[in-house]
Amino acid sequence: MENWSLISLCVLLGLTSRWAVSFHSYSGAGKPPIFGDYEAQRHWQEVTYNLPVHEWYFNNTNNDLNYWGLDYPPLTAYHSLVCAYVAKLLNPEWVELHASRGYESHSHKLFMRATVLFTDILIYIPAVLLYCFYFCDGSSKQKVATALCILLYPGLILIDYGHFQYNSVSLGLALWGTLGLGLGWDLFGCLAFTLTLNYKQMELYHSLPFFCYLLGKCIKQGLTGRGFFHLVKISMTVLVTFALCWMPFLSDPKQPLQVLHRLFPVGRGLFEDKVANTWCSLNVLIKIKTLLSRETQLFLSFALTLLFVLPSSLKLLSKPTLWQFKLALVNTSLAFFLFSFQVHEKSILLVAFMLPLLLKDGLLLPYVVTSLAFLFLSLYLLSALERSTEEELRLGLYRKHTQHWLPKLNLMLSLCLLQFWFSLVAMAALSFTSVWLKPPAKLPDLFPVLVSVLSFLHFLGFIIYFNQVQLMEPQRKKSLKKTN
Amino acid sequence: TVMAAPMTNDQSCFFALALGVSFLKCLLINAYHSTDFEVHRNWLALTHSLPVPQWYYEATSEWTLDYPPLFAWFEYGLSHIAWFFDKEMLVVQNLNYASPATILFQRLSVIVADVVFFYAVKECCKCLREDKGKDLLGKPSFILTVLLLWNFGLLIVDHIHFQYNGFLFGVLLLSIARHFQNRHFEGALLFSVLFNLKHIYLYIAPAYGIYLLRCFCFTQSNADGSLQWRSFSVVRLVTLGTIVLSTFAVSFGPFIALGQLPQVLSRLFPFKRGLCHAYWAPNIWALYNIADKAFSILGVKFKLLDINKLPKASMTGGLVQEFQHSVLPSVSPLATLVCTLLSILPALFRIWHRPNGARGFLRCLVICALGSFMFGWHVHEKAILMAILPLRCSSDVFCIITESTYLLGLIPLELICEFVYPLTVWQKTFPFLPLMLTSVYCALGVTYAFIRLYISLLTCSDNTKKIKTQ
Repeated sequence: MENWSLISLCVLLGLTSRWAVSFHSYSGAGKPPIFGDYEAQRHWQEVTYNLPVHEWYFNNTNNDLNYWGLDYPPLTAYHSLVCAYVAKLLNPEWVELHASRGYESHSHKLFMRATVLFTDILIYIPAVLLYCFYFCDGSSKQKVATALCILLYPGLILIDYGHFQYNSVSLGLALWGTLGLGLGWDLFGCLAFTLTLNYKQMELYHSLPFFCYLLGKCIKQGLTGRGFFHLVKISMTVLVTFALCWMPFLSDPKQPLQVLHRLFPVGRGLFEDKVANTWCSLNVLIKIKTLLSRETQLFLSFALTLLFVLPSSLKLLSKPTLWQFKLALVNTSLAFFLFSFQVHEKSILLVAFMLPLLLKDGLLLPYVVTSLAFLFLSLYLLSALERSTEEELRLGLYRKHTQHWLPKLNLMLSLCLLQFWFSLVAMAALSFTSVWLKPPAKLPDLFPVLVSVLSFLHFLGFIIYFNQVQLMEPQRKKSLKKTN
Repeated sequence: TVMAAPMTNDQSCFFALALGVSFLKCLLINAYHSTDFEVHRNWLALTHSLPVPQWYYEATSEWTLDYPPLFAWFEYGLSHIAWFFDKEMLVVQNLNYASPATILFQRLSVIVADVVFFYAVKECCKCLREDKGKDLLGKPSFILTVLLLWNFGLLIVDHIHFQYNGFLFGVLLLSIARHFQNRHFEGALLFSVLFNLKHIYLYIAPAYGIYLLRCFCFTQSNADGSLQWRSFSVVRLVTLGTIVLSTFAVSFGPFIALGQLPQVLSRLFPFKRGLCHAYWAPNIWALYNIADKAFSILGVKFKLLDINKLPKASMTGGLVQEFQHSVLPSVSPLATLVCTLLSILPALFRIWHRPNGARGFLRCLVICALGSFMFGWHVHEKAILMAILPLRCSSDVFCIITESTYLLGLIPLELICEFVYPLTVWQKTFPFLPLMLTSVYCALGVTYAFIRLYISLLTCSDNTKKIKTQ
């Protein structure tokens, strides 16, 4: 079968599953007065269309920041503006100032879902396809299989087409950035990444690896010669892109400050809701939220994040290869997620363990179906279990250090397999209990907390493992798939 | 690196495809469902709550039982499981009852019943000739599996609109597969069961009848393929007859004993419904209607006809009723029956005269299905599925329906219907226009396919021994 036919089939399958998930409920459906993320996006269309730019991030009678005020960088606002223009063409009632609050209808849902699909097709899917074809090993069929698995990743589908968000834009742009760097088009990669940074400030998680990789590359080329010019070009690209994105906000010094204030709400506390990071999990044992003052919390989270981010960034700086870059992406984003301030659970689009959130949105069925399908598909197509040989897992290094107290060769492998199955079983069991059982009265948040703690332990394991892989990489290179 | 091991195994590939499509079906559980959903809920309710003698008399709901008794028994069996999901759906008076549990149960019943379809497809794949050493994605069995399991027409009708066609087609395909495997008794049994589940399969009964008579009851043919009268086997004929009759006895028996046969038949064959369904099936009568409309408009324009004498337009009103044509002669049920018979006679004659084994049977079956679709009375557009699915199995005529230019023409048609038309002024005056355009365009395509298929059947050679590769 031709490559093109296979690729088209994959894309069409991905699109079908996305659209099938969008039949289901969205965040805050039918839940006045606050509703949910869906209403937030609709509200931003209303605000950006009806109000002048300098009022978008400010609190006034026309723009109540307490009701889903804009808290993403300007590019999201511009995107909402474009959507608002289309909405106005189709049905002006959707973006009527004030009057359209809480507007819900079948055609509006269709429109909103269509906007997500449109940006997905435009940005995310081409990036995934290009990535699989240029940066993955194996026969073309295996590349297509990888593309299919990535496209069917439940986390992104459920959040974007179920809960309702535009993560495909930011992740897609970040992926374009990675592609740019991989193909040697550093300026293009920079441009793409700066754009995604201006779309969602969450992408700061990925900024350090980009910075270290490019800086390291420039240093390698010699800071007195070509490297310097390269550095200048990169900096100019970044600055110009920032300037263009923030141009409407640069006229008045108060504007950028207010925008930053909205983007980084340090007033909100160490964490909200149940997040699978250190602070939330630690809070189960020690109530740090109440024990420590706000300043101490900030300092602690900053320090720990830095601590966990430094080794991998330094390694990348000294050895700017693509493989290191990918590992650093994983490590730094995990570190940021686990330790930084005011992390939202959606920042963890790494693992599909957002069950409590999805349950709240009435998305149980899509969650079960897409997770099962994804699991089955990745096991089947990629034979994940078969290929988790010791060498592939880079456990050889572990073995060297632990040889004297773990003599059995296969033990590590079996341990890993055991752990994999255990994780699966735990995930299934927790899903089941969250849905069917009632928690005891004294511990009403039992299941969400269990879910976050379990996920946290997984992520801790991941960050240790990936750091070890990155830091102890031997001289010879052997690329594996990026597991981001 | 080599492709992961499981992919080279046909079994696991089939399983993956089946599981994948089932997952997709699960995602469609909450999608739109049509009145057919209420139809089946009503039948669950009435078979569960009412005693057997009342099944075909019950008329609280407008959706009366109009499938043969075996399907009623099937619904009766399902209703016992439904009891555990939501008892309220089994109350006959609860019209249009659609609680989440009801929807879940009904959708799941279709998904689970599709297991029959999966099994049948597997059996069909076994009948295909395989080329050894061909890459998996190029193998006929893989392609056939994908085309049948992931058939989007079937997905839309069964899992969105809501029907049990997958299950029924499974029985049909299994019957065909058994004939290919020379297990004719089983094939005959399966077909009589199928007919007692949904009587629309009456359309293809002639193909079965002629084929079994010619190829099975006459055990041998002469060297040139013509009939050898002396090889007639009475035993086989009698066995076949017994099988068919006993199936009918099990299905209709109770109702014959109760003296309800006329009532059952009147429910099964409601001729008061009109030549065309509300949404015209793309058959000959759609083209006939268009021609009639065109002539009447032209006639009025050129003052050949008096506009007051013409019947008011209701064939395009989207309603289901009897109707008179304005210019061309009106069509009666008898006329359609005669046309249908005439259209399938050459094919029947062909397989009687020069049978081509099971392949010829399959083609004749498709022609019977298409013929009755083309000329039948009150045809649903869903009936085209009956022709398409067996056509898939007949791999060497598959290329007919992929004439690219024609299919590409569907794109502008859809664009016009969905985007251009709503913005024009015609939307108010001719609300039926896009549907009519779609029906007519598809009717042309179906007619073309029918003619080409016929030509292919009538001119094919009698080589049952020659290996045909795709």
